[in-house]
Amino acid sequence: MTFDLDRAWRVDPRVSMRPEPFGALLYHFGTRRLSFLKNQTVLAVVRSLADHPSARSACLASGVTEAELPAYARALAALASSKMITERMSHDSGA
Amino acid sequence: MTLAPEVSSPAPGKLTDLFQLGLDAPICLTWELTYACNLSCVHCLSSSGRRDPRELSTRECMDVIDTLERMQVFYVNIGGGEPTVRPDFWELVDYATAHHVGVKFSTNGVRLDAAAAARLAASDYVDVQISLDGATREVNDAVRGPGSFDTAVRAMRNLADTGFRGFKLSVVMTRQNIPQIDEFKAIADRFGAQLRLTRLRPSGRGADVWDELHPLPEQQRELYDWLVAHGEEVLTGDSFFHLSAFGGALPGLNLCGAGRVVCLIDPVGDVYACPFAIHENFLAGNVRAAGGFAGVWKTSALFADLRKPDTGGACKSCGFYDSCRGGCMAAKFFTGLPLDGPDPECVQGYGETALAAATASPGLPVPRPSVDHSHRTVPSRSGPSGSAPRPAAGPVPVSITRRRPPAHDCDESPLAGFTTQAAGDAAGCC
Repeated sequence: MTFDLDRAWRVDPRVSMRPEPFGALLYHFGTRRLSFLKNQTVLAVVRSLADHPSARSACLASGVTEAELPAYARALAALASSKMITERMSHDSGA
Repeated sequence: MTLAPEVSSPAPGKLTDLFQLGLDAPICLTWELTYACNLSCVHCLSSSGRRDPRELSTRECMDVIDTLERMQVFYVNIGGGEPTVRPDFWELVDYATAHHVGVKFSTNGVRLDAAAAARLAASDYVDVQISLDGATREVNDAVRGPGSFDTAVRAMRNLADTGFRGFKLSVVMTRQNIPQIDEFKAIADRFGAQLRLTRLRPSGRGADVWDELHPLPEQQRELYDWLVAHGEEVLTGDSFFHLSAFGGALPGLNLCGAGRVVCLIDPVGDVYACPFAIHENFLAGNVRAAGGFAGVWKTSALFADLRKPDTGGACKSCGFYDSCRGGCMAAKFFTGLPLDGPDPECVQGYGETALAAATASPGLPVPRPSVDHSHRTVPSRSGPSGSAPRPAAGPVPVSITRRRPPAHDCDESPLAGFTTQAAGDAAGCC
C-alpha cells in the first residue's frame, strides 16, 4: 500500500501508546491489535502527526532526512493499514 | 497466513531479542480473580474450585488496576476460577475499563445471561472467551463436567443474539478433541465467534490427566497442518510454538514471555512468572507487598533471571532451536524435565528421550503444583510422584499468548513492527 505523505494524519483515539527503551508499543482497543515502533524518531513522528499539516512535515520536523523518507512512509503505511493512524478529515492544523 | 513471518527487523535489533530482556511493564497479564469455580475441569491449570479466604478485596483489586493504569498495561486476561462468580466482577470490569485497562475475560458461561451479553456488546474495551473443550456434549463434559457444554452454548447464543461479534471460543486441544477441530470451527462460525485454540499444559490438575489427554505425536502434526492452513482466522495465544519445529514457524514471537512480557497475578495477589507455573519456584512476589505489583515486576530476582537471554542448553545444537526455542517452560517443569532441555512434546522426538531419561533417574520427583483449591468432592487422583500436595486449580485456561501477526511490509522496516493478531494474543504467550 502506498502512503500519502502529504495528507494530514493522526493517531486513532482508541490507540494507547507506551514508550519503551527501543521505541514504543501501540495498542488499539478497537481492533485489539498491537504494533511496535522500533526507534525514537518514528515515535516522535507518530506523536506529532496531529500537530502537522502533513506526515511529511511531521517527519522532517522530527529529523527524518529526505533519503530516509521512503522508509518512514513504509512504516506509516503499515500503521495506517492496521488502523493505528488515520487520515484527519478536518485540516485543523493549517495546510 | 504467512509462514515464518519474520518479527525481525534490521535495527535496532530483532524484537525477539528486545523482548527477551523484558519490558518496563507487561504487555498484558493474566489475572485469576478467584479460585472459586462452579466446575471442576479435570485439566484445570490452577486447580480451582474453592474460594481462598485470603482473596484480594474489591479495594485491593482496584489498587492493582490503578497500578496497571500507571504502568500502561494495555489489558488484562481475567480468569480464575470462574471470575464471574465474584460478586464484584462487573464492578471491577467497569473500573478497569474506566481506567484505560482493557479486559478480556475467560468464562465457562455460567453467568452470561442475556443482560450480561447486552452489556458486553456495548463495550469496545471488553472481550470474552468462552471455554469449551469438546465440540460435542460427550467429549466436552467428560473433561469439563456435566452440563458445561450446554452452559457454554447458551452463553454463546446470548452473545450472538445481542450482536456481539468476534468473541472468542477458546479450546484446549486434547487427544479427544483434535479430531473435532473442524467442528469447533463450525461452531465458532455459527455464533460469529473467533476460534482460539490453545495447548494443554501439565499444570495444576492438568498434571493428573496429562498422560491421557495430551495429543499423540501424529495428532500434533495434524494440528500443525490445520493451523498452517487456517492462519489468521484462528488465534492460538502463540501457545503452539513448539510445533514450529515441524518446519515453517507458526505466527508468534517464539519466545517464552514468562516474566519478560507477561505474568500471572493469582487471587491472593501472588505474582507468578506465567499462568501455567503456579509453583513456588516461579513465585516472584505479592501485590500486597510495599512496592505493589510494579515493585514485583521491576525488582523481582526471579524475573531478572528469566530476562537473561536463553542459552539453548541441551537444545542448542538442534537445527530447529530457532523455531521452537526449546518449547514451554511450564510443560517441562511439571513433567520433571530440565528447563534448558527439550519440551516433553518436542516434535523432533527429543522430549520422549528426555522423559525416558528422567524416569530412569531415581530420586527426582516430578514437581507438583504448590497450591490446590480443588473441590474436596473431586475424586483424588494421584499424580506421577504422589508425594506432593495437589496443585492449585483455575478453571479458565487463560493462556498467555504471544502470537505473532502476519508479516507486514513494515517488517522490512526498522521503524514499525508487526501488528499482532489480537491483543489477547499479543506477545509472550499471554
